[in-house]
Amino acid sequence: MVEVYTSSVINASADRIWAVVRDFNALPAWHPAIAESRIEGGAPPDQVGCVRAFRLKDGGSLREQLLALSDYDYSCTYSILESPMGVENYIATLKLTPITDGNRTFAEWSAEFECAAGRENELIDSIGRGVFQGGFDALNERFHN
Amino acid sequence: MVTVARSTVIDAPIDAVWRMLRDFNGHDRWHPAVKQSHLESGKRTDQVGAIRAFVLASGEHLREQLLSLSDRRKQFRYAIVTSDVPLYDYVAEVFLKPVTDGNRTFWSWKSSFKTPRGREQELSELVANGVYAAGFEAIRQRLESNASSSKDANRQVPQIDSDRYTSERTRVITSSLQGAGSVASSTSAAMPGRAIMIDRYGDADVMKAVDVSAPKPGLGEVRIRQTVIGVNFIDIYCRSGYFKLIIPPGVPGMEAAGEVVDVGADVRHIAKGQRVAYACAPVGAYTSIRTMDASLVIALPDDISDEIAAAALLKGMSAEFLLHRVHPLQRGETVLIFAPVGGVGSLLCQWAHHLGATVIGATSSQKKARIARTNGADYVLLPGAISLEDQILQLTDGRGVDVIYDAVGRDTFAHSLAALAPTGHLVSFGQASGDIGSWDIGSLASSSVTLSRPNFTHYTDTPEKVSSICERLFDAIRNQILRVDIGERFALEQAASAHRALESRATTGSTILIAS
Repeated sequence: MVEVYTSSVINASADRIWAVVRDFNALPAWHPAIAESRIEGGAPPDQVGCVRAFRLKDGGSLREQLLALSDYDYSCTYSILESPMGVENYIATLKLTPITDGNRTFAEWSAEFECAAGRENELIDSIGRGVFQGGFDALNERFHN
Repeated sequence: MVTVARSTVIDAPIDAVWRMLRDFNGHDRWHPAVKQSHLESGKRTDQVGAIRAFVLASGEHLREQLLSLSDRRKQFRYAIVTSDVPLYDYVAEVFLKPVTDGNRTFWSWKSSFKTPRGREQELSELVANGVYAAGFEAIRQRLESNASSSKDANRQVPQIDSDRYTSERTRVITSSLQGAGSVASSTSAAMPGRAIMIDRYGDADVMKAVDVSAPKPGLGEVRIRQTVIGVNFIDIYCRSGYFKLIIPPGVPGMEAAGEVVDVGADVRHIAKGQRVAYACAPVGAYTSIRTMDASLVIALPDDISDEIAAAALLKGMSAEFLLHRVHPLQRGETVLIFAPVGGVGSLLCQWAHHLGATVIGATSSQKKARIARTNGADYVLLPGAISLEDQILQLTDGRGVDVIYDAVGRDTFAHSLAALAPTGHLVSFGQASGDIGSWDIGSLASSSVTLSRPNFTHYTDTPEKVSSICERLFDAIRNQILRVDIGERFALEQAASAHRALESRATTGSTILIAS
């Protein structure tokens, strides 16, 4: 099992960031790598079990399923159903924690998965730095870090 | 129970912070509130179960026990055993997490406890500020001053944070305005049309024609210029609020046919210019232009016209799964069909007749009875001197019927149960006369009844199911097993009249709306 962990501090309240990232269908609205997204079957995006199909700006298509969503914990867990990345049993969690001194938020994005031997570091880099840190950088930019 | 949670970010690597905190007996070396600390009973500082005895700077005594310690999670928990400060059932947790973006440390410190009544606020503030926040600052001064003394000036002046917050708010307003601009530019690709909208539940008068626009199709979507829209009884349930498939304001309708204007990315089975149809939720079919999930849409064969598709798809798909999947009808079975000249009933009659069943229709007038016979009903029952079930028993030599398709509901349910042969199957698929209400299932044992309450959604929730159903339906239409009668045509704008006609039960065959 390969693990990736990325975290950041974002200069906004957890409520404000959660309002942006909670929508499972809203990646194109905040993540720079995502071109288009839809929820399959017209399901609401906060229905646990719903599937988002989205397309990356570089053309790749992915399908991901919402496994858990908690407004109480500011946490969202999902799995990859189909992707061009060559990962198996991929489960990721995006979680926000308020930082009580100052109006800031500790944001964590982690994943675990399996992949072909020898590809671990390449995938850790592309997921951890590309996808997760890329998302945090966009949130930091949006909230003027 | 009071809960206190405080957290901060220390501008130092997580290992450096953890080295300070993990020493359960070392807090007197850095925390300003702790004057002395010693471990009882000769236990070690990282031994779970160890008790530390504090003398506080204020002179009070406090004993705390280590409940758990994890170097992997950089977390420990402890409880107050005895205390001069009145904190009861106090359990606290400290954990650190790395901020990978900048090699910093997130530090969470929280607890829950009870206090004497009325002192919750005072003691919560003591714990939050006197213990946790004071501890944060002490560690920050030790570790951040090592790294860079210029940084902690920023961190320790709270006004700086609030200034930052203000400027950030301004920026967010700017960026949300930019967001609105981009929405406006994307709607410039939207196409105008007319739709029937309801702004509240009610009778047919709540339906009003309005101008609408359909956005450019996104990923997996298709935009359809609709020509013909099917009117179904379920649309009346949606409009009246009996089914909550629409939350007003909204557009009713489950079924339509038309031509594809354009498709979004990743749509492979449908192309621009193709003739298509659909019969499914989500509602919203009463419109001349619609953008929707392409996976719900099927391509129409050349020999199935838009009118036939819009008139027959929902009802025909229903007839298909009722006769082939809910109760696979066998040659030689006797079947009772209510409303044998209505939308679904008419198709059920024809198809059941073709399958070799003995078909009995139950309707309300001689005129409808004549039509039912042309639909393939071998016998037609009308309200008369004796009850429906007695008429059935006379016709079947006292045996009853093998299967009943009943969408009338309240008015017929009891008669249907009484008209079934032993081990018969009652398929209750609607309630045109009203809710069936509660029934004692024990009574079903009197003739070993099988009862089905099928829902269209579950038979049509994958493209594979829909295409399998439609294939058999289109075959039945082109082989003239099914004759699709279009009873009345209304302009889309006259949808209210179409509903009134359907509700008055004056219609025969399918009712359709013409959009263009």
